[in-house]
Amino acid sequence: MGSPRTSMSDQKAGPEPGTARIGVRKTYKLYVGGAFPRSESGRSYPVKAARSGDLLAFAAQASVKDARDAVVAARAAAGKWAGATAYNRGQVLYRVAEMIDGRAGQFADEVIAAEGLSSAVARRTVAAAVDRWVWYAGWPDKVAQVAGGANQVAGPYFNFSVPEPTGVVAVLAPAESSLLGLVSVIAPVIATGNTAVVVASEDRPLPAITLSEVLATSDVPGGVVNVLTGRTAELAPVLAGHFDVNAIDLTGAPADTRTELERLAAGSVKRVFCAQDDWAAAPAPRRMLAFLETKTVWHPVGI
Amino acid sequence: MTDKAARAEGAAAAGQGAGAGAPARVATLTSGLDWQYAPAPQARDIVPIAAEYGLFVAGEFTPATGGRTFATINPATEEPIAQVAQAGAADVDRAVAAARDAYEHVWGPMPGAERAKYLYRIARILQERSREFAVLESIDNGKPIRETRDVDVPLAAAHFFYYAGWADKLDYAGFGPAPRALGVAGQVIPWNFPLLMAAWKLAPALAAGNTCVLKPAETTPLTALLLAQVCQQAGLPPGVVNILTGAGETGAAVVAHPGVNKVAFTGSTEVGIAINRAIAGTGKKLTLELGGKAANVVFDDAPIDQAVEGIVNGIFFNQGHVCCAGSRLLVQESVADHVVDRLRRRLQTLRLGDPLDKNTDIGAINSRPQLEKITRLAAAGEAEGAHRWSPPCELPKRGFWFAPTVFTGVSQSHRIAQEEIFGPVLSVLTFRTPQEAVTKANNTPYGLSAGIWTEKGSRILWMAQRMRAGVVWANTYNLFDPASPFGGYRESGFGREGGRHGLAAYLDV
Amino acid sequence: MSGWLGAGSIAGMAGAQVLQSQVTLSQARDWLADGAGSDAALRQLLHGLPGVDQVGAQARVAALATRSIKKDAKMAALELAITMVDLTTLEGADTPGKVSGLCAKAVRPDPADPAVPPVAAVCVYPDLVAGAKAKLAGSSVVVASVATAFPSGRASLAVKLADVADAVNAGADEIDMVIDRGAFLAGRYGQVYEEVRAVKEACGPAHLKVILETGELATLDNVSRASWLSMLAGADFIKTSTGKVSPASTPPVALVMLAAVRDFEQASGQRVGVKVAGGIRTAKDAIRYLVLVNETAGRAWLSPRLFRIGASSLLNDLLMQRRKQLTGLYAGPDYFTVD
Repeated sequence: MGSPRTSMSDQKAGPEPGTARIGVRKTYKLYVGGAFPRSESGRSYPVKAARSGDLLAFAAQASVKDARDAVVAARAAAGKWAGATAYNRGQVLYRVAEMIDGRAGQFADEVIAAEGLSSAVARRTVAAAVDRWVWYAGWPDKVAQVAGGANQVAGPYFNFSVPEPTGVVAVLAPAESSLLGLVSVIAPVIATGNTAVVVASEDRPLPAITLSEVLATSDVPGGVVNVLTGRTAELAPVLAGHFDVNAIDLTGAPADTRTELERLAAGSVKRVFCAQDDWAAAPAPRRMLAFLETKTVWHPVGI
Repeated sequence: MTDKAARAEGAAAAGQGAGAGAPARVATLTSGLDWQYAPAPQARDIVPIAAEYGLFVAGEFTPATGGRTFATINPATEEPIAQVAQAGAADVDRAVAAARDAYEHVWGPMPGAERAKYLYRIARILQERSREFAVLESIDNGKPIRETRDVDVPLAAAHFFYYAGWADKLDYAGFGPAPRALGVAGQVIPWNFPLLMAAWKLAPALAAGNTCVLKPAETTPLTALLLAQVCQQAGLPPGVVNILTGAGETGAAVVAHPGVNKVAFTGSTEVGIAINRAIAGTGKKLTLELGGKAANVVFDDAPIDQAVEGIVNGIFFNQGHVCCAGSRLLVQESVADHVVDRLRRRLQTLRLGDPLDKNTDIGAINSRPQLEKITRLAAAGEAEGAHRWSPPCELPKRGFWFAPTVFTGVSQSHRIAQEEIFGPVLSVLTFRTPQEAVTKANNTPYGLSAGIWTEKGSRILWMAQRMRAGVVWANTYNLFDPASPFGGYRESGFGREGGRHGLAAYLDV
Repeated sequence: MSGWLGAGSIAGMAGAQVLQSQVTLSQARDWLADGAGSDAALRQLLHGLPGVDQVGAQARVAALATRSIKKDAKMAALELAITMVDLTTLEGADTPGKVSGLCAKAVRPDPADPAVPPVAAVCVYPDLVAGAKAKLAGSSVVVASVATAFPSGRASLAVKLADVADAVNAGADEIDMVIDRGAFLAGRYGQVYEEVRAVKEACGPAHLKVILETGELATLDNVSRASWLSMLAGADFIKTSTGKVSPASTPPVALVMLAAVRDFEQASGQRVGVKVAGGIRTAKDAIRYLVLVNETAGRAWLSPRLFRIGASSLLNDLLMQRRKQLTGLYAGPDYFTVD
């Protein structure tokens, strides 16, 4: 008592040399409808660093109701996002890439902590994530030229097929690749106009919330991407069986749960996709095509 | 208005005031306000304009060998804007060598994803400096600031955005796996959309992995030079883009240079044919985007007010200096008088004047020679017996100006129905049946574009199928998008710019 | 070049051509007066109008929105707009006190500046007309009353006409009626026509504005048809909206209505006014509408005789922008009165 080190005025002035500054720790919440709510269940769970096992933070533990709310938010945003011009979606996605690149250091730190990568590998991983996002940013105004076109039918009709977004897509993000894998499963879904409900990696969820902060500040409309952190085993079945979810990407589901999830999805004839990609390798269009419907239109040709 | 209000107005007019001090102004409103838009000039000082510009070669601005320069003037005032370098044969050699070097050692080997990021940067800087580009283009070209601001510059940026996205996706462009670039592209562009044409040429070429030597038009070099500065600001490796200013000889030297693998030209059919001849047998790949004499076809069931807007836009946008201009109105005879009447009334509200005034619709003609050509052809129209009409229009004393002009009673055989005027002159012809419309529309050596106005979907498709034109606009006109392929049939050229198709010109496919 | 031709030469140029079907106005009215199968006759007439391309109309509106109105032109527009305002209160909670405040504001919009002209009219429900008339006595501001089971229009013709009679007897100078949108959308054009005609008759000396409720008509083709239907039946003004339904007035809708009155004048020699109402909150919006008027219908409509803006909060924004034009400084809302 009375030591200058602990008096209020000294504390305000800052630590003396040799004392560590106390940080202001971030609270990680869910990202739903463009906002950051806590779980309605009030639960959270500890997230540990990959190497040391130290506590990194508490992540919100999303409940079934949170998942339901996320689907509502995704559906509410779906019409407008699908109705935006492809050019506009491309611009928005490119801006996200700008924002991620701007925060490269922060993301590298998160990935190091989450995955135990070395600093150099983490930086390369973040750079790859940015480039991955840029790759997808260039697709919206090109997909129709690759996946659509006029069809030459045997009659006086103009017939053309256009790819259209399927709607709300549930995405189980990869368990291990907490940023590059995450980006690789989200970007293709929204580039074409779908909205997403993402279940982040259960053990490595923090980069997903930081990514959400980027999305919230990059002109991405609220509800286009919704991110839930929590227990995959609890959340995946809700989404797989949800009748207002149009498609589901099972990539991040533990292998022994996939069969049951596919059965659940079958109940509403969902489009199901699942693939364990090498995230470092060049992507292909299939993750976009998987969530596109094809609409074919006929019109007579005559005077 | 009731008697009470009319009395109040009368009282106000008599200066007595009605109610709580109603001003005398109110009284004039019985007949409607004579509302004149005040001048709304765009400030020109936003864009710094140098007194003199060099050539842009190997990433640097340098004078032409021998130091020759020429002036570029403001066609709205005839005042000189700046001196610009005149590139000679030695400069063409330098530029091609720089482009070759960059292609072999830097740009060619560079992964598409990295090339993409340079192009995205250029697109972004164009967006950020958009107001400077809009003002500079308006001053150098004569077109209204409203058009440069709302059309030219945004489309140019969009073009870079669009092709940036192809640079790392060439495997999926429909040309087979890993299509290769051609090498060095020699590109010559016209004066009607200087910045936009530069974007149309550079963006796909660079995305596909080529390097470029670009020659802007003699009368409109400045936005290309500002674009060169943007390339520097984007960190584009030296030699990837080279800009050589000059006149016809410079362009001829560029396309003829043995170090150029690919030639792209937009301009007159006459020059396009000359280029085609010049490179015959050299193995150089060529795309041409030439002139047009488009038919804008209006049927009796057209959405009439929008059709009139489409006619106006089709021929008076950019002062008619548009290769795809709807310079022939083909209107169904049963509604011809009605349509022409509405067109004449609509033309009353066109505003011609200072291009930097934000309310100007019609700007200056780009050069004296062009003005003379338009004047000659319009005179020919009168001489051949067509009826000439323009809305009342005060032309500024200085500068190159031509009032919007409509010729009715035009026949297919009149010069003004056959020759490209490239000015704000519309020739009106009639037709009776859809087949006749098609026949007349196609009765031209050109084939760049066409317009169709009707509410009937099947007829739109039927006409579109039969019109021999590379671009068909239905119930709209003069719409451009980087995703939409553009180019002509027959003497309007070959090759397409824009869309996936636009890559073909710059790949070895 | 930015001047206008006089009305005489416009009429002289085209002759009396109305609608693509070449039917003249008087023929049309005779046909309709005969009454027989008037739904069918009207359908032929109205469906024979040229279509409206929605995207083209929106493009025209967007192009006209780029007009830059500055300095004198802006000041003139602001003051003109003030004189075109129908200051409106149409709430269930309206009281004589509320209306009284509105009337005071209508006559003297800016207590700090007597040079500000009064608005055109005050617009209220029929049972508040008498109070408004009393308050506005001696001023140039007229009283407009909504009627015909405003805003829904869902009542019998007898009830609607009684509603009109109440308003007219209370002294309303103008009646803002609603068309029966249900009848219109069901194709019962004859009923809509007859109701407008009957209301016009019941108006007596009062002027009739016909509200189309364009938000419920949904398509621009319907707006065009409803405009012609109302004008043929005798409307003095066609009006976009009740303000109770969203979307209310939009520029493309106004464009179509202004084109309709322009064409109607050419066909018949009669000038019908246009009122835009609902959702016009800022001076910028109002000036955009004036540009549409100027470049579509023409100068004659740049007058409260032929163009009105139904609004409540718009007036203060007009006053604020006017104050800025005069002083060069941005004003704040506390310097203008709420009513």
